[in-house]
Amino acid sequence: MTSVNNLFEFIKGIAPIEDTAIIWVIAVAIPALIVFLVMAVNALIAVYFERKVSAFMQDRLGPMEVGIFGFKGGRKFWGGIGQTLADAIKLLTKEDIIPADADRKVMIFAPFFIFLAPFLTFIALPLYENVIVSNFNIGILYILAVSSVGVIGVILAGWASNNKWSVYGAMRAAAQMISYEIPIALSLMLAIIVVGSLQINDIVQWQADNRWFILHSPFAFIAFFIYFVSVVAETNRTPFDIPEAESELVAGWMTEFSGFRWALFFLSEYANMLIVSVVATMVFLGGWLSPFEIVNMPGFDLPQPFLAFFTNSVTGPMWVLLKVSFLIFVMMWFRWTFPRLRVDQLMYLCWKVFIPFALANVVFVSIWELIF
Amino acid sequence: MGDLAFSGLAIMTIVSAFWVVVSTNLVRSAVALLFTLFGLAGFYIFLFADFIAAAQVIIYVGGILVLIIFGVMVTNKIDDPEVGSSSRNQLFASFGAVFILSILLTVIMRTEWKIGNITQADETIRKIGSHLMNDFVLPFELVSVLLLAALIGAAYLSRKDS
Repeated sequence: MTSVNNLFEFIKGIAPIEDTAIIWVIAVAIPALIVFLVMAVNALIAVYFERKVSAFMQDRLGPMEVGIFGFKGGRKFWGGIGQTLADAIKLLTKEDIIPADADRKVMIFAPFFIFLAPFLTFIALPLYENVIVSNFNIGILYILAVSSVGVIGVILAGWASNNKWSVYGAMRAAAQMISYEIPIALSLMLAIIVVGSLQINDIVQWQADNRWFILHSPFAFIAFFIYFVSVVAETNRTPFDIPEAESELVAGWMTEFSGFRWALFFLSEYANMLIVSVVATMVFLGGWLSPFEIVNMPGFDLPQPFLAFFTNSVTGPMWVLLKVSFLIFVMMWFRWTFPRLRVDQLMYLCWKVFIPFALANVVFVSIWELIF
Repeated sequence: MGDLAFSGLAIMTIVSAFWVVVSTNLVRSAVALLFTLFGLAGFYIFLFADFIAAAQVIIYVGGILVLIIFGVMVTNKIDDPEVGSSSRNQLFASFGAVFILSILLTVIMRTEWKIGNITQADETIRKIGSHLMNDFVLPFELVSVLLLAALIGAAYLSRKDS
């Protein structure tokens, strides 16, 4: 609760309000608003990025007509810069359709619950050493816990729609998301074993003292790839998008949703991509450390002012964003490279490949830590 | 402020718990149970038991509740209120409920509650970990063996060709 407490004291200092309850509400509302804005802006940028990347991969141009205030780039990368903004306005003004036989209340509730999971997760995600909404003792465990609740929203959304495609999609999504949580948790456990702390600050501090965690040992190297492929499956993106496979299930559990509540699904999907990339960056790729601090070898030290120039409160968040954008780009790259997996292949990959390897990783890293 | 948040949490937990029992639609009950479980996690946070709160969310919300909804979804005739949540044998059931309530009330009344005034908790998770791995390693391992046996048993039972 440190950051909210700090904000509380700050507001108390400058605002002429006597009632502490009102100040508390303000101190909680401001971070909440910031998190919501981050999610919205992230979705806006990521959707545009995705369309342009997919266009590039397929030798097309992508959106190139909608500009902002007459600013149009045509065939350039920023050609359709206003496209996602126009799409967002379109989504918000669309009719909100609820089928006659659907479970009305659950259908209204479900998208908000799916949205809740990434929203709560953002609270514990840092951008820099103390740039975080609330610094929990249980950092990574909290992130794993609250990101696991979104699956209930998915199941409820699919069930409430009263549509066979939705129910199939929801069943697939539930099986997939529950299964892939296990390799994700096991891969992150490596960092917890080595660092001995669940707080992301401590994990990045360990990487500053030693080396980026991906280079800790061969096992950490494997764990990074298990983590990354598993989170692509966890966020239901191609090649693991069987819950919403357009060619067989229309749109899976999202089929019956429209307008704002469908926009919430979209917002959550891109927010989840951002979250898993930030966690991968913090745990495996050195967090806010610059690329000059990949390995901290004794006797081969770069001068301290040089390092401080590249890793400070201004450039730190920039490195995080750079690494995160790269990971998100790789996810988009996957999407246009690999064909969709079958359900049985997906389960085979998780239960017979990733989980045994992740378990072996945990054992071997413990031995590694005992030896070195 | 803490009192206000606590009251809100308590009201949410109790109302949703009632809703779980009263609702005739199983999926609606599961949704209500969601709020109850989240409320309980909130209570753990009020007790500075952050690890237990996270475990509550992971195990009950992310695991058991998903399993319940999954089980309800594959049941046939789910919209029929007669299935699953109708009330039968109300007399005997109320006797059982009153019996359990009286036991719980007796225990709650007779326990000497230690009310401290801690306002800041230290790292609970490190203590829990060292206790589990040093003092209580045998029960801990026994429970994990039990869970493993349940897992293998479930996999064996659900195989069709056995």
